[in-house]
Amino acid sequence: MMKILMLGWELPPHNSGGLGVACLNLSRALAHNGAQIDFVVPYTAPHEGIDFMNVLSACKVDPLFRYGAGAYDSKYVDKSLIPEGEKTVSIREIQHDYCKFVNEYLMEYKPDVVHAHDWLTFEAGVLAKKNYGIPLVAHVHATEFDRSGMTYGNQLIHEIEREGLMYADKIIAVSQATRDIIVKKYHIPADKVEVVYNSLDEEFVKSAYHYDDEDYKYLEKMKSLGYTIVSTVGRFTVQKGLANMMRAAARAISKNKKLIFVFAGDGEQKDELLELSAKYRISANVVFTGFVRGKQLRDIYEISDIFVMSSISEPFGLTALEAAHHGDVLILTKQSGVAEVIRSAMRYDFWDTEKLADEIIAIAESKALKKTLREGIEKEYMKISWGDIAKHVIEVYNRVDKHKEFC
Amino acid sequence: MRAICLYLHIHQPWRYRRYSIFDVAHNHNYWYENDYYDKQNNERIFRKVSEKSYKPMLALLERNLKRYPGFKVSMSITGTWLEQALEWEPELVEQIRRMVSTGQVEIVGETYYHSLAFFFDKNEFVEQVKMHSDLVARLFGVRPRVFRNTELSYNNELGKWCDEMGYKAVLAEGWDKVLGWKSPNHVYKVAGGTRTKLLLKNYRLSDDIAFRFSNRQWAEWPLTVEKYQNWVNDDCLRGNLINLFMDFETFGEHQWADSGIFNFMNELIYRWLSEYDNKFVTVSEASELEEPADEISMPNTVTWADTERDLTAWLGNDMQQEGQEALYSIASEVKKIGGDLLDDWRRMTTSDHAYYMCTKYWNDGDVHAYFSAYDSPYDAFMYYMNVLRDFEYRLKK
Repeated sequence: MMKILMLGWELPPHNSGGLGVACLNLSRALAHNGAQIDFVVPYTAPHEGIDFMNVLSACKVDPLFRYGAGAYDSKYVDKSLIPEGEKTVSIREIQHDYCKFVNEYLMEYKPDVVHAHDWLTFEAGVLAKKNYGIPLVAHVHATEFDRSGMTYGNQLIHEIEREGLMYADKIIAVSQATRDIIVKKYHIPADKVEVVYNSLDEEFVKSAYHYDDEDYKYLEKMKSLGYTIVSTVGRFTVQKGLANMMRAAARAISKNKKLIFVFAGDGEQKDELLELSAKYRISANVVFTGFVRGKQLRDIYEISDIFVMSSISEPFGLTALEAAHHGDVLILTKQSGVAEVIRSAMRYDFWDTEKLADEIIAIAESKALKKTLREGIEKEYMKISWGDIAKHVIEVYNRVDKHKEFC
Repeated sequence: MRAICLYLHIHQPWRYRRYSIFDVAHNHNYWYENDYYDKQNNERIFRKVSEKSYKPMLALLERNLKRYPGFKVSMSITGTWLEQALEWEPELVEQIRRMVSTGQVEIVGETYYHSLAFFFDKNEFVEQVKMHSDLVARLFGVRPRVFRNTELSYNNELGKWCDEMGYKAVLAEGWDKVLGWKSPNHVYKVAGGTRTKLLLKNYRLSDDIAFRFSNRQWAEWPLTVEKYQNWVNDDCLRGNLINLFMDFETFGEHQWADSGIFNFMNELIYRWLSEYDNKFVTVSEASELEEPADEISMPNTVTWADTERDLTAWLGNDMQQEGQEALYSIASEVKKIGGDLLDDWRRMTTSDHAYYMCTKYWNDGDVHAYFSAYDSPYDAFMYYMNVLRDFEYRLKK
């Protein structure tokens, strides 16, 4: 049986984003395929319901500490989050303790592969490779280039990413687009990088969901009057290309008044987007929901006709598959990873606001187009399963170690 | 006596450019893309295919027509191809005229626009067939006496129409599911007809050249003339008429020159004619070769496309159906106005436009099965409907 040391930063329910969800689904599928996994997280908290692997805590901190420990600007955690009498910790300090824990673990155990997720754990992965000679697989869910909208980003993080990618025996990228960044921006030999796509969270698919029209009565009403609901979900940050989407919205509304655009999320661009909607005189057709999650988020997917992923750069883009699960038709930028796997969607280049406007109008005005797209996506959005992903990852494991065969 | 009936189909559509909703009512240019290297630039595509296929293959055919009086070939040439040839490479039309005047080349009739009008609007269908016949008469001095419909689509209704129109023969696919034990190597009669014969494509021997010739995974690769001639001889045991029907672009475009396709054809013509009692026939001659062996009935439409041999690649999804229905629904209004609007409208009837919206292979991720001028079937549909919107605008103006 193959032993894997998995280096992660979060697992549900103590997660802030998609990284934890992807790690959980991947680990579960790997365990079903015979892997024995020790999964390291940087905090101490119970993980109920995870019985297919060991979850190890590297530090004695509460998961809440991570939420404020931003890598970019704030050295310290938001004071209001810290219990009385506790010490504050920076993300670098946590990473330091994390490495120390991994070092101690490796003095005792010899895993067959170390699998590190994103820059957060790359230093610990490199340590395992350098000091103990254990094969390293670096899994890239997003690079600093993605997070900064393809601009400069944080140089320290770039350096950690580069070191991890250099030392890794194999690299797993979540899309061809991410693979291109790894090859072109970090100058890693292309044959070292494998593309392994993501899939929908199994919990999301299985969990009971019931739509009631309580949350979005206004949108329901507009829909019954013949309006088409176009939505987008995500952080309001430069990476997501939302200003372009607002321009396209204005163009589309100039031809077809019966369009409502829902911008769900929050972020530093919120005021800019509000101002843009006013500048283009389309405020009446634009709805800002603020940050949503859980049922409220699923209700947005459910009520929408069209889901737009307008990202300038998007390693994968799982929200598009979530929207597809709720019956939306998709418009994706060619720069998003999900557009590499999904064929039954309309595409555009993130700067091409004219084409996005064209596509929105075309779907809103043609039942046939909408129906064909929807029938296509229904067949397609689940075509990659976590089981297939795990098999692919095991293949990667088998290729890093020349000496023995796993599984 | 054994005869090969070689029939080639030449066609190019007028691809509409990426016509935005913001062009509607402002700009009525659908056909000329400014960017020469754009995927929809008709001139670039025509010239490219011409270099690879039209020029070398027409030269090969003309050379053999001169050398061997017994070499015959039949061609159907769409109106949209002729329009583009006259605009960009008129010497091709001149060359075909020379070839027709030898008497060894027969021109086959069809719809001017390579359309599906037969299935949507019979009046329009008849008009397009007449337009094509008139154009062929004007350019080449002959009128087609044998008919083929778009994508070799055929059913009993079409057979009956051809019979009423007095065509000598009509071409169709020799599909096993229709023929059963019967051989495509005989002349047949259309069901219930009085004079029109049915000529059936020998799809195995045709596709050996048209589809498989350069395929290195094919067990029979490389295909030599000697081997192929043995197959033809064997096949003649079930009838002496071998109908080789294929796209003209097989030569040079679908099968590239470096596959040896031109040499193969050149040698095949010579070797075939050098054997005793072998000949080539035009489609008209083929129809008179023997008494009809039987009547063939095809109640359902059969085409030469795909393994299904039907029209699902053109009318298989809602976008394709809505696109065609929306187009034909404004036919009578457009005809009242006529002029440029009618010409533009008719160019939109070309079946290629519907094919670009096909999603049959799209979801499989098999990009190679999708030949299109557009990024996706959805894009093709979007721009198509925008053009129709502009027609609506021009109707109301």
